[in-house]
Amino acid sequence: MSYTKRNDGRKFDEIRPIEAEAGVIKSADGSARFKIGKTVAFATVRGPREMFPRFMKNPKRGVLRVHYQMMPFSGVGDRIRPGPNRRAKEISMVTANAFSEVIDLESYPNSVIDVFIDIPQADAGTRCAGISAAAIALADAGIPMKEMIGSVAVGKVGDKLAVDLDYSEEAYEGGAADIPVAITSRTKKVSLLQMDGDVTREELNELLEKAKVSCAQINDIQKKALKDKYEVKK
Amino acid sequence: MTSKLLIKDKDIVVPGEDLAQGMDFLPSAGSYRDGDAIVSQLMGMVRVDGKVIKIIPLTGTYIPKRNDTIVGQISDLTYSAWSIKTFSAYQAMMSMKEATSEYIEKGADLTKLYDIGDYIVIKITNVTSQKLIDVTMKGPGLRKLREGRIVKVNSNKVPRIIGKQGSMVGIVKQYTNTQITVGQNGIVWIYGEDAKMENLAEKTIRKIEAEAHTSGLTDKIEAWLKKEVAQ
Amino acid sequence: MIINQEMKNHIIKALKKDLRFDGRKKEEFRDIKVEYDVAGSAEGSAKVTIGDTIVMAGIKLGMEKPYPDTPNEGMLMVNAEFMPMASPDFESGPPSIASIELARVVDRGIRESKSIDVKDLCIEPKEKAWSVGIDIITINDGGNLMDAAGLAALAALKSATFPKLNKDGSVDYKEKTDKKLPLVKEPIMVTVHMIGEELIVDPISREEKCSDARLSVSAIDDKTMCAMQKSGEKALTTEQVDKMVKLAFEKSKELRKRL
Repeated sequence: MSYTKRNDGRKFDEIRPIEAEAGVIKSADGSARFKIGKTVAFATVRGPREMFPRFMKNPKRGVLRVHYQMMPFSGVGDRIRPGPNRRAKEISMVTANAFSEVIDLESYPNSVIDVFIDIPQADAGTRCAGISAAAIALADAGIPMKEMIGSVAVGKVGDKLAVDLDYSEEAYEGGAADIPVAITSRTKKVSLLQMDGDVTREELNELLEKAKVSCAQINDIQKKALKDKYEVKK
Repeated sequence: MTSKLLIKDKDIVVPGEDLAQGMDFLPSAGSYRDGDAIVSQLMGMVRVDGKVIKIIPLTGTYIPKRNDTIVGQISDLTYSAWSIKTFSAYQAMMSMKEATSEYIEKGADLTKLYDIGDYIVIKITNVTSQKLIDVTMKGPGLRKLREGRIVKVNSNKVPRIIGKQGSMVGIVKQYTNTQITVGQNGIVWIYGEDAKMENLAEKTIRKIEAEAHTSGLTDKIEAWLKKEVAQ
Repeated sequence: MIINQEMKNHIIKALKKDLRFDGRKKEEFRDIKVEYDVAGSAEGSAKVTIGDTIVMAGIKLGMEKPYPDTPNEGMLMVNAEFMPMASPDFESGPPSIASIELARVVDRGIRESKSIDVKDLCIEPKEKAWSVGIDIITINDGGNLMDAAGLAALAALKSATFPKLNKDGSVDYKEKTDKKLPLVKEPIMVTVHMIGEELIVDPISREEKCSDARLSVSAIDDKTMCAMQKSGEKALTTEQVDKMVKLAFEKSKELRKRL
């Protein structure tokens, strides 16, 4: 089956329109809202703060803990029962790992940095939106990071390689491959990579190059969101 | 290759932003070297001092430091010590010895001195590498806080709120006729006989916090206070 | 922050002069903002902002078998999540008693007022009826989550529309219709707090922590209330209850204008 034109008219290398804002949750140490197409992610950072349960304390460095959750009304279709399920726990883990390359927690022994990622509206690419939001929120919380991280889901829809798949493309009748990727902003390393679907080695390499370009675009938007909050308003 | 700066002094930068190129420059707090480049590690304001590039953090929770005077809150007590909430990631401990110069009998009721929930002005005497914190109440200005209100501000803005030799907070105290204690940990205590004036003091402190990195702020705040008090 | 008695007395002293720490009077609400359709995947949604407090509510409609004891009626469920994103005091894990209380009080306001005509939700007696799931999600706790939640739930209900019902009885969530929920009454919840002997509405966090008792009142019009809940440790005299109810009615009129 041939997917010649994208459902929403985008080019195959084009990411959906993005809105990003830092500091949206006043009671938090850092926070962000990241909207890409119809997918919306809130990221809230609380910490460094005292670690509970106590046995999880690390005397050498702080611990980064991610809690990913979809709101009950976030999906088209049935209500999602609240509370962490296995999918959410896995996403929480790979998200925390995505940041471990760049984040420096040696100044915070015995403490925890909690990152809450909450999705009020989902149209595919939720874990990627969550990572992009979390990077802004961590910077907003003053957590030292060597680089920022951007994330996007690339893949194949039918026979065409595409970036930033939406839900209709993930569910494409002719088959689709969904590849969430996270790329560090300076050194362009891959800190998150997951896949389901069929792709060849060549296709993967090509998609990773496309992901680098898209994530660099996301980095620019993240930078602007932070500067909009912190720059002196004349 | 020739060294060059990619940013200007006092620019606002994000983590991972390239600040300078070349081996002539030296990274300092909040920045690091990656090969040829000096890179920011923090959300903050970049300061260039000759060849040294550092980042002043604009955000982030308080990191306890020795000799800081902070406002803490008693969270627990044992028979010989108090646990103190420092509004950071770490608790502090105050032994009986450091609580007062007066003699306390063994087995005495410590809550008579400082009870859970009390706010106290204390000085940090030691911070270990594991971030265990010791504090003392023995010293000028260190005391239990009584009636008043507690306001939380960004601890990174505290130097600006206090001002050079207390000049900024002094203006606020003067015009609103209030007592104000600003802890290095961002906890501020305000007391005034007149609640309206206390409100104005809080409002002013929030204004200083919001405009902390503008220049000429002291004069601006004084002029603003003059207007507000006149109403 | 664990509040202490001296700081609380300081708040009460100012309240006696009808002055609060953010400059408001005792009976004044902060700025209120209501936004609709904030979660596009839901059948109805709203976001209410009161000062710094932000609460979202979303409605999910499903097709289920009616309960055996009410074969001609649809179902209604109200759930509230005190998300850790909203406050350093909220933890992940099973719902706290505070979030359960909030959900049940909002639920009572909607259910007992018979705001939704549940008979109108029935498609086929004993077999098929719509179930209305209201989820209240706290986004930021700046005080008074209760009233923000009540308002968000009502706003979401008002704006909700049914998804398309196919001929074979299945639900097509991708197609929305114009048909609104059978909402016959609109309960507005207002919570009055007592600090010392002073009565206030819409507390900020530091005031809420000093609250000795509170009374949440759901009003369906200017004279009639349909649900109430007293919370907090202090007991109220009947005069105090009457004063609080009167104040709640006054304020519900103002809030009603916001929708």
